[in-house]
Amino acid sequence: MSDRGPAFYLAILVGGLIFGFGLAYSHMARPEVVLAFLQFEDLGLLFVMGGAAVVTGIVFTLATNTLDHAPITGKEYVRRVKSFDRNVVVGGVVFGAGWGLSGICPGAAYASVGIGNWPILWAVAGMFLGAYAQGRLRSRMADSSAGPATAD
Amino acid sequence: MIGAELFPNGIARYLIGGLLIGGGAAVIYLATGIIAGASTFLESTLSYVSGVPRFNRLPHVTSRDWRVVFTLGIVLGAGVYALLWQGGAWTTEVQWWRLLGGGILVGVGTRLGKGCTSGHGVCGVGSLSQTSIVNVATFMAIAIGTAQLVQAVGVSP
Repeated sequence: MSDRGPAFYLAILVGGLIFGFGLAYSHMARPEVVLAFLQFEDLGLLFVMGGAAVVTGIVFTLATNTLDHAPITGKEYVRRVKSFDRNVVVGGVVFGAGWGLSGICPGAAYASVGIGNWPILWAVAGMFLGAYAQGRLRSRMADSSAGPATAD
Repeated sequence: MIGAELFPNGIARYLIGGLLIGGGAAVIYLATGIIAGASTFLESTLSYVSGVPRFNRLPHVTSRDWRVVFTLGIVLGAGVYALLWQGGAWTTEVQWWRLLGGGILVGVGTRLGKGCTSGHGVCGVGSLSQTSIVNVATFMAIAIGTAQLVQAVGVSP
């Protein structure tokens, strides 16, 4: 796309670097630390998620109220508001079970690769398998409800 | 003072790390207007190799390149921490079947629920989105129950 030149990808990369460094610095990239939080042995993770949400909250509020468009893309600043349906709850239940079993979530898993935690590749493989399974199933269901099946 | 029993490792590392995570998302948002979540990468990346319609919807195909860059950034940023602060690689003791099984559930759940800890938890809550707050409350409660159940039946780590 025309608005996606070097500056666009550089901004994404720099943001990703800070994001990943933060995940490692906070120790959230270590499944043990997440499990210790969920088992009420160390509640520090509250400050990770709380601190991050406060920053995005302030920045989103300021940008949507005082600025018009992002400089690189010209995109309008908006808040992240997704529609609510049953899947939001069902997905939350399934994700919660997985997070509680493994102590790992997507962003933290990528950061965990970066800190040299090679066994986390089990979790990364699992996440791709899970995402593939639900995508395949949902595409099938969409096909059958829409009439004649299309090739996939 | 905050109880040492609730925060045996203090709060500085957690708070600083959290502010940086929010800061990374803020840099991307301010520069591009994009609200970055980590879990869509799982589906959008599958569109490179799979013809399944779900992965090849326009929002996935048009965002898959920058999502790869974002994820590489996360890996590299964590790598910088490992080299400069951690003193080399760190590996988990959590058993492989927990990582694999949990990972599968995370892959299904985050995509079904439209987001994960970063999309809903950081950006959605930061947007005061009711959908995100419901999702976060749900996954938090279930995760606490699951982790405590697994611990109670004697699996460690």
